[in-house]
Amino acid sequence: MSVLVYAENSNGKFKKSSFEVVSYGYSIAQQMGVPCVAISIGDVTNDELARLSQYGASKIVSVNNDQMKAFVNQAYGSVIAEAAKVEESTVVVLSASFSGKGLAPRVAVKLEAGYVDGAVSLPDISAGFTVRKGAFSGKAFAEVSLSSAVKVIALMPNAYKVIENAQTPNITAFSPVFNNNDFKTMIKEIVRAADKVSLPEAEIVVSGGRGLKGPENWGMVEELANLLGAATACSKPVSDAHWRPHSEHVGQTGIAVSPNLYIAIGISGAIQHLAGVSSSKVIVVINKDPEAPFFKAADYGIVGDAFEVIPKLIEAVKEFKSVNA
Amino acid sequence: MKILVCISNVPDTTTKINFSDDAKSFVTAGVQFIINPYDEIALTRALELTEAQGGTVTVIHIGDASSEPTIRKALAIGATDAVRINALPRDAYFVAKQIAAYAKDQAFDIIITGRESIDYNGSQVASMIGELLDLPSVSIVKVMNVEGTIVTLEREIEGGKEVINCPLPLVVSATEGMAEARIPNMRGIMSARTKPLTTIEAVEVPTLLQYVKYDKPAARSQVKLVAADDVKGLVDLLHIEAKAI
Repeated sequence: MSVLVYAENSNGKFKKSSFEVVSYGYSIAQQMGVPCVAISIGDVTNDELARLSQYGASKIVSVNNDQMKAFVNQAYGSVIAEAAKVEESTVVVLSASFSGKGLAPRVAVKLEAGYVDGAVSLPDISAGFTVRKGAFSGKAFAEVSLSSAVKVIALMPNAYKVIENAQTPNITAFSPVFNNNDFKTMIKEIVRAADKVSLPEAEIVVSGGRGLKGPENWGMVEELANLLGAATACSKPVSDAHWRPHSEHVGQTGIAVSPNLYIAIGISGAIQHLAGVSSSKVIVVINKDPEAPFFKAADYGIVGDAFEVIPKLIEAVKEFKSVNA
Repeated sequence: MKILVCISNVPDTTTKINFSDDAKSFVTAGVQFIINPYDEIALTRALELTEAQGGTVTVIHIGDASSEPTIRKALAIGATDAVRINALPRDAYFVAKQIAAYAKDQAFDIIITGRESIDYNGSQVASMIGELLDLPSVSIVKVMNVEGTIVTLEREIEGGKEVINCPLPLVVSATEGMAEARIPNMRGIMSARTKPLTTIEAVEVPTLLQYVKYDKPAARSQVKLVAADDVKGLVDLLHIEAKAI
């Protein structure tokens, strides 16, 4: 038996969320008394693969051939399910990343496994196998009891800490038989804003609302975000008005985030927005309306005009960074 | 073009969520149900495509008779016909199995769902249908165009996007950006009453999991207010007390 973890790479490099899933998978494996095996798909060097063993993977299975260089969820799903059979895995862990969300359900169907997406903590295996996940778009949590022989879990980014558990790297190549029907989708282009922090994975998020009055005023939001190494985000009215792209919309019908720090500027805090940020560890609200509902859901607040407060905050953060760099 | 749109019946986005005293079930009393907002985006894009290129849009829903108003709304927005699988949606696997069983022999060109339902937030059904029917699938798609038999899709990825080509047929899950939801007009509402709505009994699906308990996020303690002229004080609190920077 084993716990199998899929470590997603981006251009041959593992992401923080990959180390999160390895750390998480290792903890489950420890509880079950079985090894944690990591699988990587795509063109990744042995040095990079070995990094997975720092977080508990005692075996690393690498699938690296031309057909598998680009992400195709159907083919990747087949390969992960095949590896799970070879490694006799009873638990398979993936990241609930954009790709993971499209991939994990395929793995689950292939293995006839119960599947929990967006897990927020370790499963409780003291009696059965129960996993806690977000529900009602951040307004609640649900506990799901899995009764299938194999279980598949997609772990929410930022929900589980990266923990060092160094193992000796043991890397083996894996060459499953491919089904040509699995390769129908073809990536034409990947566009990445090189200097942007990815919103679902960001540890700090700076978010703006209608209080900022127009897209031309986002310069200070971006400046503050850059200083903090944060991702930028916005409320629904802002993306609906096309001031900012939909991919920045945080809330019940947008992206749910769980950063260490969420700074909301000029956002009143409608119930739909609060749902999307409820898993944030620390929330700061800056709003000129002292009655804004967001203050009731915040840890720290400033009642004040964003156009006066944010430039001062930028200066204060610069000073802080110069002292604490 | 023949498109199948999968719609879910979910609590309105303004709903305050409450659970029964034993925490085992969601209290639906007094809750207004709507078409899942992402499914409405999917439906709108399906209509735009068939209006431009010809074809039909069938909506499918898994639920009991109480969700018929949601199905009629989809018909009022413009769907050609509707199918209701007469069963309570146990989980995503159950739902995907029902849809796959129905769609298997229907030769749909596109099967489309929302990226996730706003109640159980699974993001599972589209990929599961793809797997069950051995079709390609692309999840969390913000742009979808069809030219001949080739579909071009833009999918969200961390910090960017991926542009993908795929031949028909395929399964897609839609997110914001694909279309702007439509408000049904009077003619649509009138015609929805007489559009075909077929009810089908569910197929059997093995139970792999069970939702056993719910709870709500712990309330935050009282907000600590910092004076607007003491921004440095906020930075210190975030560093020393909250350890967030």
